[in-house]
Amino acid sequence: MDLAQTYELWRGMMRDGVSLEWWQTFFVRFYQAFLEADRWQSYLEGVGITLLTTAIALAIGVALGVVVAMLRTAHDQQRPGRPRNPVLGAANALCKVYVTVIRGTPMMVQILIMGLVIFSSSRNFTAVGALTLGINSGAYVAEIIRGGLMSLDSGQMEAGRSLGLNYFDTMRFIVIPQAFKAILPSLGNEFIVLLKDTSMISIIGGQELTFFARNIVTRTYDAMMPLLGAAAIYLALVLIFTWLQGKLERRLRQSDRR
Amino acid sequence: MIDVEHLSKSFGKNLVLDDISEHIQEGEKVVIIGPSGSGKSTFLRCLNLLEEPSAGTITFDGAVITGPKVDIDAVRRQMGMVFQHFNLFPNMTIRKNITLAPVRTKLMSQAEADETATTLLRRVGLEEKAGAYPAQLSGGQKQRIAIVRALAMKPKLMLFDEPTSALDPEMVGEVLEVMKELAQEGMTMVVVTHEMGFAREVGTRVLFMDGGHILEQNEPHAFFAHPREARTREFLSKVL
Repeated sequence: MDLAQTYELWRGMMRDGVSLEWWQTFFVRFYQAFLEADRWQSYLEGVGITLLTTAIALAIGVALGVVVAMLRTAHDQQRPGRPRNPVLGAANALCKVYVTVIRGTPMMVQILIMGLVIFSSSRNFTAVGALTLGINSGAYVAEIIRGGLMSLDSGQMEAGRSLGLNYFDTMRFIVIPQAFKAILPSLGNEFIVLLKDTSMISIIGGQELTFFARNIVTRTYDAMMPLLGAAAIYLALVLIFTWLQGKLERRLRQSDRR
Repeated sequence: MIDVEHLSKSFGKNLVLDDISEHIQEGEKVVIIGPSGSGKSTFLRCLNLLEEPSAGTITFDGAVITGPKVDIDAVRRQMGMVFQHFNLFPNMTIRKNITLAPVRTKLMSQAEADETATTLLRRVGLEEKAGAYPAQLSGGQKQRIAIVRALAMKPKLMLFDEPTSALDPEMVGEVLEVMKELAQEGMTMVVVTHEMGFAREVGTRVLFMDGGHILEQNEPHAFFAHPREARTREFLSKVL
């Protein structure tokens, strides 16, 4: 008797009101959630889309974050006593509004607004979700990068400028490479947060892992197995990335111990 | 070479430099001494505009450099600066530390800059450190590299901001030695320091600063032998 037959038999018994052993019930529920009708493929597809959404959101987030952080830092580092650049001033004000609004409102509300108000006519919910996550992440990444740039000893900037290098060369060759190493742990954390937050785009129909898990819940009338399964998959993904992050950090630290 | 006229600098309400006028000739080795908080570092940092003067003008080689339209990077290329805390770039090798600015500012090709770096490193006896990173060097070595890095730009003038204050005592000598050689070659130098021996031996003029003013200045022997002001005598009695 193979698994499928066992499943059919025991499920029939459950329906008829026969009381089964706990492990028999567990098997039926597990089979129903993951194996029946090849449902495991749905989870797999969900994981793929979750990872893709994370990658897109991360790319948007880092791009936005770098631009915002550079603009704000450039504005803050203008030489005191000289007239301030009005273009930078306007850009800085805009960046401040962006960071304040994004950090001051819940992610869930942002996703609902993007999905149901701004892009209400779009059917590509996953893309709208990824875009929202990217915009959200950008605000946090911007603050991480800005913190990294500002944490660097001001003597580094002074040394570069005193040699006659201009502001952008000094940033490019001296400040940014050092700041990058400093912010890598925080960026890794942001990445992990982003990976888990993709689950929220299922609220507007984004088809990632949580979306498929909930679909199976409605199909089978059993919430426990699909949700625990989804949780286990998220945990596994996060553990993998935490491990990778640790490896990368150890490698970077090695270059300090010269 | 440098004309400072009515230079004032305040940080908020705190007036650090109060209406200073001074002239520095080519080839001079001006040593600035004074108690901490007297404004001597700020004065030095105003000369290459790391600090923006609140009032007054600075003229370098006949051109006013405190105006709004000045290409500040071009001015700084002609003035080397050495910092108390070295400020080497820890993410680059020593060679890269030295060649970055000459190459990026198109003063030299990479090959020329590498050659310049080798020559300069040989001069300070650190040729074999070209491939090392700053973290592998001692304080004295770092500061000698910092001097070389500034010299690679072929500056007309060198500014030293307490170059030996962050060094272990046994490493002070090697840095001062490099500075002495530089002085003998005729480099124009402005040095903020607490090394009175260096001031006496190498300086052509000593400025004593206190409270944002240049209180007294003289040729070194006369300065140390017969200080005129009571405040100068008090300061010298503590440090000598």
